[in-house]
Amino acid sequence: MNLTLFLLFPLFTALAILFAQNLKQIRSIALAGALLQLVLAVKLLLTYNAERASGNKSQMLFEYIQDWFAPLHLQYHIGVDGISIAMILLTSFIVVAGILVSWSMETLSKEFFFLLILLSLGAYGFFISLDIFTMFFFLEVAVIPKFLLIGIWGSGKKEYSAMKLALMLMGGSALIMVGIFGIYFSSHTSTGAHTFDLLLLSKMNIPIEIQKMFFPFAFIGFGIFTAIFPFHTWVPDGHASAPTAASMFLAGISMKLGGYGCLRVATFLMPDAAHAYSWVIILLATIAIIYGAFATMMQTDLKYINAYSSVSHCGFVLLGIGMLTQTSITGAVMQMVSHGLMTALFFAAIGMIYSRTHTRMVAQLGGLLKIMPFISTVFVIAGLSSLGLPGFSGFVSEMTIFMGSWQNTDQLYRLATILACASIVVTAVYILRAAGKTIMGPITNSHYEHLSDASWNEKMAALVLISGIIIVGMAPFLLINLIQPGTEIIINKLGVAINH
Amino acid sequence: MLNEYLQVLKSEWLIIAIIFILLFIKVGSKEWKNETLLYTINFLLLFNLIAGFFYNLPGSLFNGMYFSNDLIFLQKDILNLGMYLVSLIAYPWLKEHKHLLEFYILLLSTLLGMFFMISSGNLLIFYLGLELSTIPLAALANFDLEKRKSSEAAFKMIISSAFSSALMLFGISLLYGVTGTLFFSEIAALIHGGPMEIFIFILILGGFSFKMSVVPFHLWTADVYEGAPVVVTAYLSVISKSAILFVFMTVMFTVFRNLEPQWYFMIFLLSVLTILIGNLFAIRQNNMKRFLAFSSIAQVGFVLLGLSGVSKMGMTSVIYFLLIYLFSNLAAFGVVALVSATTGKENVDDFKGFYKTNPFLSWVLAIALFSLAGVPPTAGFFGKFFLIMSGAERGNYVWIIFAALNMIISFYYYLRIVKAIFMDQNENPIQKIIVPALPRLAMVICLLGIISTGFLSWIYDAIYNLCNF
Repeated sequence: MNLTLFLLFPLFTALAILFAQNLKQIRSIALAGALLQLVLAVKLLLTYNAERASGNKSQMLFEYIQDWFAPLHLQYHIGVDGISIAMILLTSFIVVAGILVSWSMETLSKEFFFLLILLSLGAYGFFISLDIFTMFFFLEVAVIPKFLLIGIWGSGKKEYSAMKLALMLMGGSALIMVGIFGIYFSSHTSTGAHTFDLLLLSKMNIPIEIQKMFFPFAFIGFGIFTAIFPFHTWVPDGHASAPTAASMFLAGISMKLGGYGCLRVATFLMPDAAHAYSWVIILLATIAIIYGAFATMMQTDLKYINAYSSVSHCGFVLLGIGMLTQTSITGAVMQMVSHGLMTALFFAAIGMIYSRTHTRMVAQLGGLLKIMPFISTVFVIAGLSSLGLPGFSGFVSEMTIFMGSWQNTDQLYRLATILACASIVVTAVYILRAAGKTIMGPITNSHYEHLSDASWNEKMAALVLISGIIIVGMAPFLLINLIQPGTEIIINKLGVAINH
Repeated sequence: MLNEYLQVLKSEWLIIAIIFILLFIKVGSKEWKNETLLYTINFLLLFNLIAGFFYNLPGSLFNGMYFSNDLIFLQKDILNLGMYLVSLIAYPWLKEHKHLLEFYILLLSTLLGMFFMISSGNLLIFYLGLELSTIPLAALANFDLEKRKSSEAAFKMIISSAFSSALMLFGISLLYGVTGTLFFSEIAALIHGGPMEIFIFILILGGFSFKMSVVPFHLWTADVYEGAPVVVTAYLSVISKSAILFVFMTVMFTVFRNLEPQWYFMIFLLSVLTILIGNLFAIRQNNMKRFLAFSSIAQVGFVLLGLSGVSKMGMTSVIYFLLIYLFSNLAAFGVVALVSATTGKENVDDFKGFYKTNPFLSWVLAIALFSLAGVPPTAGFFGKFFLIMSGAERGNYVWIIFAALNMIISFYYYLRIVKAIFMDQNENPIQKIIVPALPRLAMVICLLGIISTGFLSWIYDAIYNLCNF
């Protein structure tokens, strides 16, 4: 299974888009490319499971190495394990849904779909990379498409949001760069050279002082991508001003880049520092969860509600990583997948409502269930998954994180777990309130009565995401069995760290 | 023996030949049309560029006053490429100009000076080359003959250059006094780190810093860059700077090698200051030329950062970065020059809504700015990454953090222009400009360079193998 296909398919799709003539051709090419990616991702999953079943126990499968800048020992090194595959599947689901939702994008459609595909290329590249330089490269590839997508096709104060997002993400990248330089220059391979290779670095023992110095940079740098408190301020404006597909992508995939990086680079390579700083991570994560939840309650704009709730839910990811137990880390990865699907679904529903009613303010919406039953149902499903209703993916991932967090007997950690659990109540409040007001009740604006329900492309987009949510929610063992071997390796490294 | 003189000095002979051809055309009786002339000259420069890659013979002449090795040939090739691209983007402006031939003769003379400067093995030839490269540039800065700003720029340039040359000469004469020889290789062995030598170093560093626009010797840059014609600004900011940086690297790593413990931190500090000041001033600029001037000051700061990690990696990263910087900056200047020549507009506000009328030029400018900002997949990312990595090798992470965070500021002002082009509304955007063939060729070459150089890693490997340390 050649993983470079995950880069070549989006690249060729993007180039083909440049040659298309009209909107129909552009979006058909984009959809075809995205569907091919989805098929490829599923094929990857099946091939991976077959390999594992036949006894292949190596840490990463389908590896491929090629020298990129040989004098500096920078390599194009790719490979996957369960965690990567989960994220790749997530990406492919969301890209398909995003393209379907943007089916009627008329303005500068060629550039729009080109940038969307370019974003997905960055995400795929990030998840398959095993060399930190390659990871960093793909992480940054995504920044400019985000800036342009929000700034050109967005709504509201789009230029301000786009600039704020670009600058804060660049700040995150700058911090990551410092962190990875620290790792690079303290690494010594058997030939005495430095390396960025993840697998080689994980086998080396980086001195504790160096770990403690550079862990904050790497973690906070990646954390900015995952909206770590207090650097989360780009999320509300960025997500709210973005066009629907870009919001789905930003919240669904982009924020997971940070979580994945925190896990794979910061925690995996610097486990001693992870232990030393775990209380800081948990503190910041808990603040994000609670603050995000309470801030959401105050919002009156649907997109801002979802954006702040994303801050809160991504706080769960960081909480799971910070707790450093196998269950909690598995829960963190599950939460990444689950929240990605769910928030993409929520943004899709909000986008569908906005394109029809031209307002996102909760106060102005009402009684939509009578007018647009399909969209309203999608809205409610997304909301229920967000507050953790069993049967949907939100429940299993949050449950896993809480169980894993409770395994830590330290008082501070227990307190954090209790507070995080308690925030679910707040989540329920704002979700039920928003859903109740917009979906149920009397129709507030008589103009709405003539609005149409979802078109075929929007229904397809919603079904793609809902199927993902229900699969994870009803059969979580599929996802857990996929992720477990990967998290076990991380835990072993952390365990070794505790012992010395 | 004659063969040796011809081949070792090949690059210089080619430039001299072109200058003489132009002189003959000038004094000849036949009147050439500007367009024909421009196509001919560009063809000659292309021939010069391609010929620079073949039949190179390393060697040393005139008792070691002039020497050449493969690395120096590479540096000259880079300068030739820059010269060719500058000439291509000058086409729209020069088409209407009366003093076309003088322009090229002066420009090629500066290039000749730069070649001698890079190949110098002796302080005398070095200074000769330096002056030959500077004085015609002052005349070139005045080439917008109708504008007063142009004369002001030329005047400021000649005064600053004279001052910096005076500093440099003072240092050189003291160096001769201390060591008794003018040859680089002999001086290197005689320097031991005494106070006099440090003083000499500071004087020479001051002279260099003027040319490189390093803070605090950068004050002439913005005014000269703004007043000079766009093409001359492009030449100054890219080729002139690259040549000076090449020589600076050689001088630091060979002549003053023994003083390295003293100057390492000096260079580091200067680089960080330069990045900061360049960035802070660039935020406030509204004139595209001034903006690109300050952004180039910040870029030089990054180059010094890479230099300060005195290593083979650092040297390679600097040369690699300067090649990429050449592509990025000349692409940006190409668009600005074309717009300036056809419409006379040079402000950032005039570029609002540029995408609606000129999509090709907008993308060229945007990609060039992304490369200058250091965003993948453009080559600028690799250039900046390697420079900061070379600087980080020594372990002064406080300053590295500072430099990395400065990338946010630079990101802001580059994105500001992208925002104006793509996102801002304008009732009177710049009208559709038809891009003539030669500038289009230049922009395509630059775009190809920006997009592919990061992935053609053999370029980096080749440079790495050429750097001896």
